[in-house]
Amino acid sequence: YIHIINKADMAASKGLKILVGCKRVIDYAVKVRVKPDRSGVVTEGVKHSMNPFDEIAVEEAVRMKEKKLAGEAVAISVGPPQSQETLRTALAMGIDRAIHVEIPLAQLEKLQPIHVSKLLAKVCESEKPDLVILGKQAIDDDCNQTGQMLAALLDWPQATFASKIEPSQDSKQLRVTREVDGGLETIDVSVPAVVTSDLRLNEPRYATLPNIMKAKKKPLAKMSPDQLGVDLQPRQEVISVEDPPVRKAGAKVESVEDLVGKLREKGLVK
Amino acid sequence: MLSSSRAALVAAAAKLPRLVTRYGYCTTAAGERQQQKPLSPKITTHPTRNDRAKDPRWKDIDMTRAVDEADVVIVGGGPAGLSAACRLAQLNAEKGTEMRIVVLEKASSVGAHIMSGACLDPKGLVELFPDWQERGAPLHTPVTGDKFYMLTEKRAIPLPLLPGMPMHNHGNYIVRLGNVVAWLGEQAESLGVEVYPGVAAAEVLYTEDGSAVKGVATNDVGIAKDGSPKDSFERGMEFHCKQLIIAEGTHGHLAKHLINRYDLRAGREPQTYGIGFKELWELSEDRWRPGYVEHGVGWPLDSGTYGGYFIYHLNEGSPLAAVGFVVGLDYSNPYLSPFREFQQFKHHPHVAAALTGGKRIGYGARALNEGGVQSLPKLTFPGGCLVGCTAGMINVPKVKGTHNAMKSGSLAAEAVHEAIGSGEIEPATYEEALRNSWVYKELHSVRNIRPSFHLLNGRLGMFGGMAYTGAVWYFTRGREPWTFSHGGTDHEKLLPAKDCKPKDYPKPDNVLSFDLLSSVALTSTNHDHDQPPHLTLYDDSVPGQVNLSVYDGPEQRFCPAGVYEYVELDDGSKRLQINAQNCIHCKTCDIKDPTQNINWVTPQGGEGPAYNGM
Repeated sequence: YIHIINKADMAASKGLKILVGCKRVIDYAVKVRVKPDRSGVVTEGVKHSMNPFDEIAVEEAVRMKEKKLAGEAVAISVGPPQSQETLRTALAMGIDRAIHVEIPLAQLEKLQPIHVSKLLAKVCESEKPDLVILGKQAIDDDCNQTGQMLAALLDWPQATFASKIEPSQDSKQLRVTREVDGGLETIDVSVPAVVTSDLRLNEPRYATLPNIMKAKKKPLAKMSPDQLGVDLQPRQEVISVEDPPVRKAGAKVESVEDLVGKLREKGLVK
Repeated sequence: MLSSSRAALVAAAAKLPRLVTRYGYCTTAAGERQQQKPLSPKITTHPTRNDRAKDPRWKDIDMTRAVDEADVVIVGGGPAGLSAACRLAQLNAEKGTEMRIVVLEKASSVGAHIMSGACLDPKGLVELFPDWQERGAPLHTPVTGDKFYMLTEKRAIPLPLLPGMPMHNHGNYIVRLGNVVAWLGEQAESLGVEVYPGVAAAEVLYTEDGSAVKGVATNDVGIAKDGSPKDSFERGMEFHCKQLIIAEGTHGHLAKHLINRYDLRAGREPQTYGIGFKELWELSEDRWRPGYVEHGVGWPLDSGTYGGYFIYHLNEGSPLAAVGFVVGLDYSNPYLSPFREFQQFKHHPHVAAALTGGKRIGYGARALNEGGVQSLPKLTFPGGCLVGCTAGMINVPKVKGTHNAMKSGSLAAEAVHEAIGSGEIEPATYEEALRNSWVYKELHSVRNIRPSFHLLNGRLGMFGGMAYTGAVWYFTRGREPWTFSHGGTDHEKLLPAKDCKPKDYPKPDNVLSFDLLSSVALTSTNHDHDQPPHLTLYDDSVPGQVNLSVYDGPEQRFCPAGVYEYVELDDGSKRLQINAQNCIHCKTCDIKDPTQNINWVTPQGGEGPAYNGM
């Protein structure tokens, strides 16, 4: 007698399988400097860390594991060799294993969300996660595109700017509260789905030393864009990167008459 | 101005007995205001000053720590600590012994808290790695030219640099020490040393009977600003080791604790210090002279204030120069602002000539030790030892300490290796080895130069020091039979504000000189805002009662990061506000606080400045 266990039963009994994206970006507290040739910003020797929204995504996946809502959490990063450090941090926070899609240096600066979403989509084909959680945007390019593009490529539902994720009893649906301009919106999406994390989803834990040491033993697999069959031809060309204009000093006025007079002078008021 | 109705209300209120306000004033029935001790809201919430065992908020929190064992733990991944680690690994390979060597570094990456000139004497490096060039050590700029100037308000007078003088730099390299240290970290890892950046050693652990050191504990995380536990609270872990090497740099906080506990300064002078500033400038190509080294003294410092400057032109592809300024922390005027002296210095025509057309791209500051041999503590204690700047090995006239730090790390490694082999608790051979080495010879020979600044009660100031160096030291090279004293601690030398004149500094022009906050931004320093300030006070009431009223709050001026601010409250009184997030871990406040009320402890690991090749 052979009992065939179908995938849905497995998922339900073991919990959701979660894929979490993390990006290595310049640390948020660093004073960023434009390169003298204005082709980009200085990154050499500059402190980098995991994108803060991705930390929140990792934390959410780990919490779902701790609540037994998720069975396995996998972290993935698309980036240079140093992205491994970012993945090790995710592993130290409680992720089970990591995948590093290594991008050669020459193509790194021209990498765009369209490429990343295609790479992630390919990985999803083989990993078959139930839920992909990404940070809503990276603090270096502020694109806010990868999650949405990924959902479109996979033809999965998307729930962006999540401030709460609640799987249903049978793990076939997610109730997601989203932060929108008018307030909070709650939607139900079916699994599998793409969710992007917003600031108030949770407060990430610290990666402490005992966990960092344990994380060294967790598996970290490497892949290349060629293996995944994704072409990294840039679709956009950066023409120049400049400092924002220096804020000019304002002028203080003593009275309302003064203010109106100045506005008239500048032709802003008739 | 109060409106008449409001004034009337105030007058009426003054006549009524009033409850004590939160600022501790009360009005007696007769309408007199009596000042009570200001009930300032608690400033110091750090667990080192507030016992969590007695705090009800910590009642149900599990405080057990994970424990791990290593043979040697090294606190501090700088030149001294990493040299000790590498030397230990080399000795193990040579002698076929096996040891687990762990380096704990509080910066987020090895080298990120390194702040130095630096004009490196390669002696220490060559002894550790004779093949440093093949290994790719980033020493790219041999010194090609060397000058020394005396600055007056308008002129720059060149002074002769004769061979043999401590400031003569032939054979040395201009380096970005942070990058050299990062390279040293890679060498250590390739030799099998475990290097953990982002981890701060917060507490020294002792054996049951308290006599010997048995290891360290790393910092706890997840404590809120008010001292209560957050959801993310996690206890640090313990490393138990056979030998602990403290390599925290100048005025380390664990070193301070150990020096007190084992009375390591008995029979020796206290340490004296300077504060060093450094900016990295991208010069205009036509003013860039790769390999050129310049040192100098004088304007704008008055003759009674020790200090000097350096300008080092790097040769690493782009026209970078390191511009730095040191002010001795034995200055007496509480109105002096070392930061503003530095900013003003750049306006000297001679200095402005080099910097005009350039762009400032980095800033940082760090205390440095100036005490030399007179101030070296006993270097070993049961269970460990002190290496590098944490003990205090800078050759002050040479303005160099890295080579000594590296050599002391190597010597400590040899002593520690021996002690572990023989089961000795204290690596006692280290101190003797250091005394017999070129480190001690060098420090001994220049021991009288820095204190000669105080000759004739400091009336000659810098002239006295230079006269001594030229007239006496050049011939005796330190063989003179006397040893000058530093004359006490730096913090004792600060005079009350009423005896001093406020200083008038020019406004920054944002081209050559800059304001404090935009400078601090360049350090990329950051600390989790929701944690107890790591600048702790032994007594919260002292700043208002003594620092401010007697010394006019000098911490507002000697902190190079704007951590200390006296803010005015509604009732006109002033309260100390500690902006711990700005701290760049320079340790100057712990050194110069006239009341010695400030105790710097380590914040969470991974925090503080993010220097890039400084």
